[in-house]
Amino acid sequence: MHNRVVVTGLGVVAPNGVGLTAFTEAIKNGTSGINHDPQLEQLQFSCQIAGKPELSDEFIAQYFSPLELRNFNSTGILYGVIAGMDAWKNAGLNINQDSDEPAWDSGTIFGTGTSGIDKFRESIYKVDELQLKKLGSTAVVQTMASGISAYLGGKLGLGNQTTTNSSACITGTESILMAYERIKTGQATKMLAGSTGDSGPYIWAGFDAMKVCTYKHNQSPMQGSRPMSASASGFVPGSGAGALVLESLDSAFKRGATIYAEILGGHINSGGQRGSGTMTAPNSIAVQRCIKGALQNAGINASEVDAINGHLTATAKDATEIQNWSLALDRKNKDFPYINSLKSTIGHCLSAAGSIECIASILQLHQDFIFPNINCEDLNPEITDIIDFNKIPQQLLNTNVNIVAKASFGFGDVNACIILKKYT
Amino acid sequence: MDRADLIERLTPIIATYAQDKDAVASINETTDFIKDLRINSANLVDVILDVEEEFDIEIDNLSMERMLNVTAAIEIIEDKLKTK
Repeated sequence: MHNRVVVTGLGVVAPNGVGLTAFTEAIKNGTSGINHDPQLEQLQFSCQIAGKPELSDEFIAQYFSPLELRNFNSTGILYGVIAGMDAWKNAGLNINQDSDEPAWDSGTIFGTGTSGIDKFRESIYKVDELQLKKLGSTAVVQTMASGISAYLGGKLGLGNQTTTNSSACITGTESILMAYERIKTGQATKMLAGSTGDSGPYIWAGFDAMKVCTYKHNQSPMQGSRPMSASASGFVPGSGAGALVLESLDSAFKRGATIYAEILGGHINSGGQRGSGTMTAPNSIAVQRCIKGALQNAGINASEVDAINGHLTATAKDATEIQNWSLALDRKNKDFPYINSLKSTIGHCLSAAGSIECIASILQLHQDFIFPNINCEDLNPEITDIIDFNKIPQQLLNTNVNIVAKASFGFGDVNACIILKKYT
Repeated sequence: MDRADLIERLTPIIATYAQDKDAVASINETTDFIKDLRINSANLVDVILDVEEEFDIEIDNLSMERMLNVTAAIEIIEDKLKTK
């Protein structure tokens, strides 16, 4: 007997909105969070635009003590802790500082790509300058991959599994599916799922060097991220964090919690870097199997999908992704579901992408809307050959949304697809 | 520098890490960093770094190991100041 799993809390730190209210407004209005970044210009990046959440010192002080902020230099942990604590509070759960007893049935799977890359850089310089001793006590916890789950575990007093997953750009979606499994199989009652990603030149440089980011919009940052557009010229790097409280339906029901959505299931696989798959390019057969596997796992038909939230990063691969969705669902033209990409407004938040985009998908289910795509006035004809242009909304659509399929794809030829449903 | 002055300069450093803020108000030579002030043991290295900076001295590994209370801290600081 498996538990049904629902989402009862959301927290988000995104380039176009910090906090659920600001973020919901931003995605409904198609507000861009992409800006020119003077530091990237100074360091002579090809792509000098990026998405970074804006956080004031006063705001940060609500989540971290002065002691915790001493020598603190990890944007990923900063974003993740804020999103995670917000999600916990949003679910109506206590942040119990006084009890000596951890919450045995609550845990976290909170992913990241790297941790504290700025702290790591600072530490390496100190070591090479023979100043090792000056690293102090927090270099390890800020740079260990599981730093984010360790910080959250302590802040929330979690007593169940407390870990970090990492799988490139599927990290966020994967964390939700892993947490889902844990509750479904009765090993935990509540899990904080989510993911975070560092900001700044040292995390983004490698992508710039690979020439996968756009260099054509340094003077027009808000038009830079162009998923599905004929003039898409590479992704815009982003950062932030998304967090979701997953809970057994029984527990949510007993507490009288707000239920944002139900997780019906999903699938995670890899193309094995065989066929069309490589370290950096997806094996289309694996992508299609992942989508079909998710539908099967969720126990729904392809015809029931109302909307897709794509991976769609604004590269030449966007048309391939649409083709894969079309083949996997066996739906095309006017029969294709609505599809959107949050990356048009926040860029590609890398390890944080999946969780932030899942939150946007869940808000669509909870509030019955499809958020608009921006910067695709000139739709890629290879895409409109497969699906009707009306299925790519460029204005906010207020419409009943019952099921959203959300997929993420990542380096290493890895795929994740999750099926989210309005809870009724 | 007399001991009262030393304690006065030591107090703000220690206060940063002490979880028992009331105990900070009554710091004296017998105060233990962990037992009385409830300083997280991982933070002891941070206390030492801050002391080094405040007094412009260098504290060796052997001294670090025994700097667990106010008395030891004062002895070590006085000793290092003398040999500066």
